Amino acid sequence: MDGPKAQQYSTIAGTGMQRGTLWRRVKWPLYHILVGALALLMLYPIIWMFFSSFKESRTIFTTATTLLPAEWIWTNYVTGWKGIGGYSFGHYIWNSLVIVVLSTLGVVLSSALIAFGFARLQFVGRTFWFGVMMVTLMLPHDVVLVPQYIIFTKLGWLNTIWPIVVPQFFGAPFFIFLMVQFIRTIPKELDEAATIDGCGKFRLFLQIIMPLIKASLATAAIFSFYWRWEDLLGPVLYLNSPDKYTVSMGLKMFLDSESASNWGGMFAMSMVSLLPVILVFFLFQKHIVEGISSSGIKG
Amino acid sequence: MRNHSLKANLTGYTFISPFIIGFLAFTLIPMFISLYLSFTSYNLFSPPRWVGLSNFEKMFTNDPKYWNSVKVTLYYVFIGVPLRLTFALFVAMILNTGSRMIGTYRTIYYLPSIIGGSVAVSIMWRNIFSEQGIVNGMLMALGAAPVQWFGNPNAALGMLITLSVWQFGSSMLIFLAGLKNISGEMYEAASVDGAKPVRKFFSITLPLLSPIILFNLIMQTISAFMTFVPAYIISKGEGGPLDGTMLYSLYLFRQAFMFNNMGYASAMAWIMLIFIGVITFILFKTSKLWVFYESEGGR
Repeated sequence: MDGPKAQQYSTIAGTGMQRGTLWRRVKWPLYHILVGALALLMLYPIIWMFFSSFKESRTIFTTATTLLPAEWIWTNYVTGWKGIGGYSFGHYIWNSLVIVVLSTLGVVLSSALIAFGFARLQFVGRTFWFGVMMVTLMLPHDVVLVPQYIIFTKLGWLNTIWPIVVPQFFGAPFFIFLMVQFIRTIPKELDEAATIDGCGKFRLFLQIIMPLIKASLATAAIFSFYWRWEDLLGPVLYLNSPDKYTVSMGLKMFLDSESASNWGGMFAMSMVSLLPVILVFFLFQKHIVEGISSSGIKG
Repeated sequence: MRNHSLKANLTGYTFISPFIIGFLAFTLIPMFISLYLSFTSYNLFSPPRWVGLSNFEKMFTNDPKYWNSVKVTLYYVFIGVPLRLTFALFVAMILNTGSRMIGTYRTIYYLPSIIGGSVAVSIMWRNIFSEQGIVNGMLMALGAAPVQWFGNPNAALGMLITLSVWQFGSSMLIFLAGLKNISGEMYEAASVDGAKPVRKFFSITLPLLSPIILFNLIMQTISAFMTFVPAYIISKGEGGPLDGTMLYSLYLFRQAFMFNNMGYASAMAWIMLIFIGVITFILFKTSKLWVFYESEGGR
């Protein structure tokens, strides 16, 4: 992406050749000022919430236009952490973590297995099932919301995490597709050599392919983490006692009791809920960016 | 059809069996249940009662709230998605330069998309748009009158659309990947011929990017139709003010899980499925007119 060629046909710098030296000297600083200002504008709501979480609840909206708190108050984090509904916020974080870890393990392993089947094995009906999978990728989930709820209710799974976790063990089309794309880039000669050496398909998958698709496994794991951590619909439908609530539900309870106007606590816990997401993002952004750019899916 | 040995078929199906089982249990069978329920009146507690087409009749002729939710959703999708994609393409073009800072900017612009689905961000959005929030603060600083974002259905919908546009990041990443694939030689050749940047954009960039634009348009449209969390959180589950944020998914959710009208909600889900199917079909069909496939040597 670097290099003189890239600059030559870029939209911003493209006409630099014909203009004077002044333009050549100011165009890059100008560019960074504009792009940087836009970036700041994009981040401003988050920055605002961050600083507001250190303001006293009463003053958050009276001083909304001044960014920095007059005095830094940590008590929001203390009162927020105490939570709402009789359980501390730590309890909700624990509940979320259980769901996230189980779901992610399930979805990554099952998706890898399925992807290997689609990408490397020859069997009757493969194209058909791959097509089915691509269609489910685009299927609006609203259409299965009600019947799934009925099925899980009849199974007696209400107020358990199973309706949220169990479906993850049957693969997710987005991840399957991502991994199929990835496996296809691995030379087939590797499979052939392994097969000649007497390696069965399952060992081939486990010992040869799996280590080679680590990057796509990581991408899938990261997205699964995001979706389960941020998921609201699942917990709203299936978890109905505060004891089982997740982080999303904990935040929703803050909102529902907004009349108590503990804005400080609500903002503080919102920041806490975003912290792992932002942390994972900065640690693994390479995987995320590549995952999105190469597969081009997910809104 | 090629002949595969029984063993090869068995192995293949073993690997993809989680997908097939999951597809049957969580998608196909629920879809049939949903289809059946759409012709019944069902409240989860007493057995479904066959009512023929009356759910659909009520929807189309006797439920103004339904039509309002359709209208609100259409505004949300057909204003939000084009804005989001335009913005994504615009930023991707700006970032497609040789600057070393691009990685940082890309990260910042993508961050809102990563956290965008969370309850925390919806809470944040609700608060920056509150009467004394930062948005009104900025409006007043610019000399404009503050807006009652929660007092006016159009303003409230505008607030939802802004939130969706703010999350342009993943489309931007996909566009950025597409832009990098366009060979610099084409732009150079165009420059030699004396083409101006605007001309280059419409004659080179846009046509070569059109398959990616189509793909984004379809995926983003589908996911926009299913938007739930922001409307649910920002309106505290009510869809207000005056049903201004009553997106289709939210209305469906309320019918199913607050009023226990499972039959009616299933009927709504099927109409949505058919509608999204038709829109996708139209997008694909009309794409022949504007999508340029390089390998076919143009249109």
